[in-house]
Amino acid sequence: MPVWQALYDELKDKNFMVVAVAEESRGADHARPWIEQAKSSYWQLIDTEHRLEDLYNLVNVPQALWIDEQGRIVRPPETAGSTDHFRRMDLKTRTMSPEDQAERLAAREAYLGAVRAWVTTGKHALPADSVRANLPKVTPEIAEARARFRLGVWLRTHGSTVEGDRQMNEASSLHPESWSMWRQAADLDEIGKASGPDFWKRVQALGERPYYPPPKL
Amino acid sequence: MTKVLTPTDQFEVAARDGLWMSATDAERVTGWTLKPEGMCRAELCVPMPASAVKGNEVDVEAFWTKLGGPVVASDARDVWALGAPADERNAALEGQQAPDFTLPGIDGTPRTLSQLRGKKVFLATWASW
Repeated sequence: MPVWQALYDELKDKNFMVVAVAEESRGADHARPWIEQAKSSYWQLIDTEHRLEDLYNLVNVPQALWIDEQGRIVRPPETAGSTDHFRRMDLKTRTMSPEDQAERLAAREAYLGAVRAWVTTGKHALPADSVRANLPKVTPEIAEARARFRLGVWLRTHGSTVEGDRQMNEASSLHPESWSMWRQAADLDEIGKASGPDFWKRVQALGERPYYPPPKL
Repeated sequence: MTKVLTPTDQFEVAARDGLWMSATDAERVTGWTLKPEGMCRAELCVPMPASAVKGNEVDVEAFWTKLGGPVVASDARDVWALGAPADERNAALEGQQAPDFTLPGIDGTPRTLSQLRGKKVFLATWASW
């Protein structure tokens, strides 16, 4: 988030806004420490039901869309500056090699540089047909997964923990590509579980497939 | 009372036998109005099978399923979620405008994406988990 604040500070006089949406089913108070620490002046919104992910067919955090002055999507959902280098880190020391750290930083800088170029020159904005071609399709399974996730979050926050968990697990089975559904359910179960051993097993099961698909810039 | 969750709202309705409810409640929950032609919204009407309408009552589960939207319920069938139909989501994303939404800020102030018309918007998600 500090990098988004720097981006906003730099570009706010150029008709630019950052809208950061916290996908937090535990609620605003859980996101508050991060938000207050970031001292952000852009919009920081709280999305306890993952409505934005439903509306824009998102599967992970951080993902971003670019929207132009006319309210049109000019970049489809893409990984917002994160990379897969974390998959190679030493799990005991939780550190990455200096090379990986440097590459990771460079990839993030390149992404932020692309946002900057878009705001100042319009570069990287895609025509409507290209955006359309790159939108992931919502399937009936995904639609059902969203409804089950919504029901599961409601049940969990209204005392029906076991039943809520079952609905959220079913949502995850219907939409296995959604890391947000799986990790949010794990986090509601126990803080820390979203990045615990089960998470790493799921990441390893990806094999050659990316966790954070790189943006096609 | 039965709780009905929709993608952007939630309602308490007097429903029976699943999601049978008055046409007034059905309209409140779905935004569609019962007319002789079927369930209607603006110019569009979806014909309803005779088995899904009784007098002034509508089987919202049958209607929503006919629209192509998922319907799921709690074990006690006292909490229901109506999901957006996949086709509706795809059509909205493929349209000219970014789908609009309203979400609260950290202090509870509601913010709506379309208030930012005229600016370039970097819309990004994050999470603590």
